[in-house]
Amino acid sequence: MQKDQGSSAPSTPTNGRVRHRRRSNEFPVEMSRTNGNHLLANDHNKYRSMWIRACSSLWMLGGFLLILYLGHLYIWAMVVIIQIFMARELFNLLRKAHEDKRLPGFRILNWHFYFTAMLFVYGRIFSHGLVNTVTSDKFFYRLVSRLIKYQMVICYFLYIAGFMWFILTLKKKMYKYQFGQFAWTHMILIVVFTQSAFTVANIFEGIFWFLLPASLIAVNDVAAYFFGFFFGKTPLIKLSPKKTWEGFIGASVATMISAFVLANVFGHFQWLTCPRKDLSTGWLHCDPDPLFKPEYYPLPVWISQRLSWKEIAILPVQWHALWLGLFASIIAPFGGFFASGFKRAFKIKDFGDSIPGHGGFTDRMDCQMVMAVFAYIYHQSFVVPQDYTVEMIINEILSSLTLEEQQILYTKLGQILQERMLGLY
Amino acid sequence: MQKENNTTLSSAANSRIRHRKRPYEVIPEPSKTIGGNLLVDDQNKYKSMWIRTYSTVWMIGGFALIVYMGHLYVTAMVVVIQIFMAKELFNLLRRAHEDRHLPGFRLLNWYFFFTAMLFVYGRLLSQPLVNTVTSDKILYQFVSSLVKYHMAICYFSYIAGFMWFILTLKKKMYKYQFGQYAWTHMILIVVFTQSSFTVANIFEGIFWFLLPASLIVINDIFAYIFGFFFGRTPLIKLSPKKTWEGFIGASVTTIISAFVLANILGRFQWLTCPRKDLSTGWLQCDPGPLFKAEYYTLPGWVSQWFPRKEISILPVQWHALCLGLFASIIAPFGGFFASGFKRAFKIKDFGDSIPGHGGITDRMDCQMVMAVFAYIYQQSFVVREGISVEIILEQILTSLTFEEQQTLLMKLEQILQERLGHS
Repeated sequence: MQKDQGSSAPSTPTNGRVRHRRRSNEFPVEMSRTNGNHLLANDHNKYRSMWIRACSSLWMLGGFLLILYLGHLYIWAMVVIIQIFMARELFNLLRKAHEDKRLPGFRILNWHFYFTAMLFVYGRIFSHGLVNTVTSDKFFYRLVSRLIKYQMVICYFLYIAGFMWFILTLKKKMYKYQFGQFAWTHMILIVVFTQSAFTVANIFEGIFWFLLPASLIAVNDVAAYFFGFFFGKTPLIKLSPKKTWEGFIGASVATMISAFVLANVFGHFQWLTCPRKDLSTGWLHCDPDPLFKPEYYPLPVWISQRLSWKEIAILPVQWHALWLGLFASIIAPFGGFFASGFKRAFKIKDFGDSIPGHGGFTDRMDCQMVMAVFAYIYHQSFVVPQDYTVEMIINEILSSLTLEEQQILYTKLGQILQERMLGLY
Repeated sequence: MQKENNTTLSSAANSRIRHRKRPYEVIPEPSKTIGGNLLVDDQNKYKSMWIRTYSTVWMIGGFALIVYMGHLYVTAMVVVIQIFMAKELFNLLRRAHEDRHLPGFRLLNWYFFFTAMLFVYGRLLSQPLVNTVTSDKILYQFVSSLVKYHMAICYFSYIAGFMWFILTLKKKMYKYQFGQYAWTHMILIVVFTQSSFTVANIFEGIFWFLLPASLIVINDIFAYIFGFFFGRTPLIKLSPKKTWEGFIGASVTTIISAFVLANILGRFQWLTCPRKDLSTGWLQCDPGPLFKAEYYTLPGWVSQWFPRKEISILPVQWHALCLGLFASIIAPFGGFFASGFKRAFKIKDFGDSIPGHGGITDRMDCQMVMAVFAYIYQQSFVVREGISVEIILEQILTSLTFEEQQTLLMKLEQILQERLGHS
């Protein structure tokens, strides 16, 4: 390999780290005093690594677009699969093979809790959609309604069974390891399921609210990589020595601009903007939300002389997208810093090695997780006109009354309100 | 002290007795014949029983007083207990040496505690809070907007703590800091899950908080008493002082007292009425079908012995049997978990706030499991019986404004059309 720089000591660890890149879980070499030598701009094998990263990025992008085209249910399936792989990576991470030999069946306990969490989270999210899908068949409807009604109890007893199993398999001298693994399992499940629950809730509000935040994170990542590649000089944070201020600021600007533009592009497709109320996979048609109706602003004269347009169409959702872009560039990278700090704390290089050039699934999803939660909360608080008490009562109506009772309620309420309106005049 | 057993393990038992007052000492490993550590053979048992009884009576007395004062005070008591539990648990796995290098790290724990409290109690108390301030227009709007943006406020609060944590990561302390961060999350989850369910139970009617808590206390006390007099066979290696005799005796007693207590407690409207707002005054309501007595005629051979011809049973007593079954069979696993945890990390008690009992977490370990079960049981099997069209209609007409009622009607129409369109 050719060496661009003449400085002696740091170049050997750099080459060593490059040769070690394929063995993903090795101990990273301690940072030497001159931090600058590890910046991407000085890495002479950078073109090769960039090529590997670009290849796997394109594959991931292509697969993702295909699934997007197929629909809401397939996207949900993709989220579930990514989740399983993430959980598997994380479960394997802090396990110690020596202790595991003495504890048969302990790994199954992890997956038991995983299955319980999945039942709980997706049961809650899909309870409405599921009921709407099976209303045609009377028998299924009753079965599904009963399952939903007792969903909390079922999940609770599954969890308690796992809890009791854990206690009964506690082995002397292994207590500390087992409790540590138990806590670790809970933390993993919470992290993985919180973000995936919010992601799936976003998807069923309209693929737009899943696609836009995810794209912004990807854009931020890619732009930070390129800005750092070409201009990176000042290190950003000790936790991630490869990140630079130039990359960060350049990516922030790029992300905000692309948020504005992408929202316009995505907002024109009904496939992306319509919410899905049931679990079907067919074509979707809906009355577009006022957020996605273009408003026309006349351009100032000096611009309209140069460009051919007299006015530009801005969807109101683009202003919301600016906030999403701001969050994606400033705060979401902290998810990446957290993951880096975690890897340093436990002396691991990557969470896994499923994706060439990128590491494991968790390495790709770390910023996405923070963003998905924000996107959901932003959507619920600022986008949807939330009538809190009305929603609560509607939920209660839908969950406690049968279809006939709901119709009775509807007719009675209609009558009472009509009487009131007539009484007012 | 007189020695009943001449084996070497009596010295181990004695050293453990003498160490009882210092809660953080390492427990000496129980020797091969576990029988030597059972309560029946413990010569100082009468003195320790006196201390435990004394503090138990004080706790029960204070508790009864607070229940008398009302829902809001019970909630306040739960919050105070929660704060003490969190303090005990935060202190447990901290290492003084590392802490000196990390100023302000303890503050981060309490910051997350405050955020969790805002989140949990905001959700629980939002509806009652809105109901309390309906009189004042400005306050109503202020509270409504707080409730609307509640999730966003809590989320940003959490993210701020998350960013603060990352920015204070110090080299060579990463592992300790991440460990403490995970530990903080686990503590907050455990403490707040059970306390949020407890408070939700309280506002459904103090009965649903008082009955499960009493059952756990009864189970504890009778397990102690049965073990004291009859305990011979050890139950589980994790808790060497527990015996099968104590376990079975306590189970039977708990189920019987569940049946009886439900009858007694069910007669007080103060305990059975749900509370819809945050006032502290007197409470009056229609008892609901669960608390209306049904009369069963006793069979002939029984009525010859007792003076009564029929007994009145509240339907809620059958539910209480299920609660009693859970309290005696499954809730003790919370205690086993706590014991295993203490062994794993080589600590004797979680704290030393309560003489004879240890810390507050030691008392609450079984209560936590029970509170969650009581809430889930109540939501799934109990509450649904009372909901009907009239009740919801009344709720709509009283809590919503006219415009909101119209919005509700339109949304309901949409939903019903979608559903009918499928069939």
